[in-house]
Amino acid sequence: MNVNKSNHFDVIIIGGGITGAGTARDCALRGLKTLLVERLDLTNGATGRNHGLLHSGARYAVTDGESASECIKENMILRRIARHCVEETDGLFITLPEDDLGFQKTFIKACRRAGIRAEAIDPAEARRLEPSVNPSLIGAVRVPDGSVDPFRLTTANALDARLHGAEVRTYTEVIGFIKDGRRIVGVKLRDRQTKSESEVYADITVNAGGIWGHRIAEMAGARVNMFPAKGALLIFGHRVNNLVLNRCRKPADADILVPGDTISLIGTTSSRVPYDEIDDLQVTPDEVNLLLREGSKLAPSLAATRVLRAYAGVRPLVAADNDESGRSISRGIVCLDHETRDDIPGFITITGGKLMTYRLMAEWATDMVCKKLNVDKRCQTAEICLPGSSYDKDTKSIATPLSIGTRAAEGRHGSMSKKISADSRLDRSLVCECEAVSIGEVDYAIRELRVRNLLNLRRRTRVGMGTCQGELCACRAAGLLGKANGCARKAQEDLAAFLNERWRGMYPVAWNDTLCETQFTSWVYEGVCGLDTFAKE
Amino acid sequence: MNNEQHTNKQSFEQCVKCTICTVYCPVAAANPDYPGPKQAGPDLERYRLKNPRFYDDTLDLCLNCKRCEVACPSNVKIGDIILSARLKYSAKRPKLREYILANTDVMGSMATTFAPLVNASLKLPAVKNIMDRTLAIDHHRTMPTYSSQRFEAWFKQHAQAKQENFDRSVSYFHGCYVNYNHPKQGKDLVKILNAIGYGVHLLDKEKCCGVALISNKMEAQARRQAKVNINSIRRSVAAGRPVLTTSSTCTFTMRDEYPHVLGVDNADVREQIVLATKFIFEAVDAGRVKLAFREDYRKRIAYHTPCHMEKLGWSIYSTSLLRMIPGVEFMMLDSLCCGIAGTYGFKRENYPYSQKIGEPLFRQIKSLGVDLVATDCETCKWQIEMSTGVTVENPISILADALDVEQTMKLNK
Repeated sequence: MNVNKSNHFDVIIIGGGITGAGTARDCALRGLKTLLVERLDLTNGATGRNHGLLHSGARYAVTDGESASECIKENMILRRIARHCVEETDGLFITLPEDDLGFQKTFIKACRRAGIRAEAIDPAEARRLEPSVNPSLIGAVRVPDGSVDPFRLTTANALDARLHGAEVRTYTEVIGFIKDGRRIVGVKLRDRQTKSESEVYADITVNAGGIWGHRIAEMAGARVNMFPAKGALLIFGHRVNNLVLNRCRKPADADILVPGDTISLIGTTSSRVPYDEIDDLQVTPDEVNLLLREGSKLAPSLAATRVLRAYAGVRPLVAADNDESGRSISRGIVCLDHETRDDIPGFITITGGKLMTYRLMAEWATDMVCKKLNVDKRCQTAEICLPGSSYDKDTKSIATPLSIGTRAAEGRHGSMSKKISADSRLDRSLVCECEAVSIGEVDYAIRELRVRNLLNLRRRTRVGMGTCQGELCACRAAGLLGKANGCARKAQEDLAAFLNERWRGMYPVAWNDTLCETQFTSWVYEGVCGLDTFAKE
Repeated sequence: MNNEQHTNKQSFEQCVKCTICTVYCPVAAANPDYPGPKQAGPDLERYRLKNPRFYDDTLDLCLNCKRCEVACPSNVKIGDIILSARLKYSAKRPKLREYILANTDVMGSMATTFAPLVNASLKLPAVKNIMDRTLAIDHHRTMPTYSSQRFEAWFKQHAQAKQENFDRSVSYFHGCYVNYNHPKQGKDLVKILNAIGYGVHLLDKEKCCGVALISNKMEAQARRQAKVNINSIRRSVAAGRPVLTTSSTCTFTMRDEYPHVLGVDNADVREQIVLATKFIFEAVDAGRVKLAFREDYRKRIAYHTPCHMEKLGWSIYSTSLLRMIPGVEFMMLDSLCCGIAGTYGFKRENYPYSQKIGEPLFRQIKSLGVDLVATDCETCKWQIEMSTGVTVENPISILADALDVEQTMKLNK
């Protein structure tokens, strides 16, 4: 075994979703030598494909009191440690004429039992607070829901892990485990871009692969029963609502409308999908129809609002260990010690849970890691603010009015935005006009946030996420990336891949304005720039 | 926040980001600080819906020329979105200067009383310098002169009585400029209409159309005045009298800004608010009336399309009428903004941009060696006269000068 200092870690974490990033941060904060590996980009899986809802827990209050109280605790923590990722909007659980108003009492009682502030308000007051709400509502309960940007949250966790000494490798796939007897002592990695393979070693390896964790566990010789549940969502062109809208009834399909940054999101559907489809999810016309139909019941104006795109994620549902059929599904946190469970020392799986409870999941996993390593360090992730959410007073002088890009970047990067240059007119000029991303911000992302391609850039900033879905900004951003990476050819390939990725999300909703937009985009890139002839070469 | 307003009435979601509006924006071309209509309108509206603090004072640089809306292939009301955002989100409230500039009728009625004195003082460099320093009204600006007799007073004394003699009649919304500054334009219209067999009446109650109030963020007062005007117009229409105007901006404001920006419904009477040139041209075109012109009238005339005329799409009526005059050598100027935009160009902070925007137009006018420039907007008139030295007349006044009144009356007996 070729073990040396540089390729030996205390802990290797597999998976660059929010759980992996959160665990890497926790491990690094506790002084462990940490490596995070992700086969694609951070947030590529379920982390980047959900509502971005800062659950108050109210949704689970009636059916799952434990999840509900976990949610409200984490909700309050995130408001403090991840201020720049969170919008404290509050939410309404509305009762429509077709719903049972009697459920409201049960709901409020369950919320209060879980420690969630829940107050019934008058329908007229609800209409005043949220003018987009279905005016025929007969009841409303106000709860501390909000929205959270999962891209920012993951980026901030990964960034803080790095600031505390962790190493983060994206586009690095685990292709096998290195064993010493039954003990896992390291992993074999392949760099997906250079195709080179390497080995790294660690005392403990944590599987935080989400739904892909099923395969990772299999590779390690353990069996974790997971069932992929697909959830589809639609993104609308602008913020339709400013309060999160829910239906006050047992959780069902398409009954949450979340305002997130400049847009609103409706979701989700829920359907089991075969395991071999999880890397290639398609949103079906039936799902789109269902989302629009149910969404319009929450806010009627959705029916006349442009749908920007559709996407789907996979929830990693974990079956209880003694249940092979998969009927008994846990939505709670599952932290498996494979040493005691499967006689595989050095291997832990952290799964289940939800975006809201990522920090708690990370805490559980890190506690287990520390116990195994005999490290006696307390978890501090609930107290220390994430980078971007610090309360330092060192903000820029506001003597001159800030440019729109600077103000928008402040929303995205919080206190880290002071690292974004806005000195020259060039720095301030916009790459993405819809989302007000400046050249300075793109430079910052390339410099500090591990951006290699347009997809990374989109998730670290908001380039290409706005109304035009990359029509105007993609070529500008590709130009900047080409310059930074010193390769025009790769930038062209990246541009073509990015536009295809954008089209994939627009295709299921390509009618009216969205169809016009895609047509215009294809004229620009195929007709004017000749990107299609390039792609065929 | 009223989100519904944005999805229905002022939808920005058809915007495909083609940016043609910004190409046609006169301000974006002259001032790099202005983000352009696409950014200021549909793009930033999404941010303002998220949080009003994303409102940007650079929106005050918008002229409200609506050339962006004319250019837009997707029918987005870009100018309306920008103007509405200014009214809704701007923290800058109108100051004394704005009250003086925007209340054209109040200022007009005071000024006409002491017209000779006011006109003389407004020409004095000392007075202009004081206005510049105290009010930030640019001292380069030539101020409009006031008339000693208001149009309304003249009309009541000299014209009203005989208007009952006609079978057909119209109402005339004269506007502040005709009433306080240039009654001749109104007299010219009465002369033409009487000659072709139409009686002219004033509205029961006429208030300033409010365009300057809107652009200076005095929305509530503008809405009150709009309601008064629309109610008067309703009574006139009910009496079978369409309402004619001689100012493209008043016309555009009452037809489009009332419902779009002020929320004052005018759907029942909107089609009855018509620029006089359109009304006359259509009557001639349909053979309902005939015009006879003086043989000795000879003029080389270039027509300037005011921005709001471009938005109305009506310059064809004014120019077609001018082309009917045998003695007119007609030239069409490129459709360019003159830069004044009502009260905009009077403000010190805007003056340099105002002149920069108008420069290509001034250059073209100066190069043509014309006797007159014709245009349907009084503020364009001030700007072009000040910046080129060429006399500017409303097409109605040109028509009245060229008309053989007796012959015309005979033809329309």
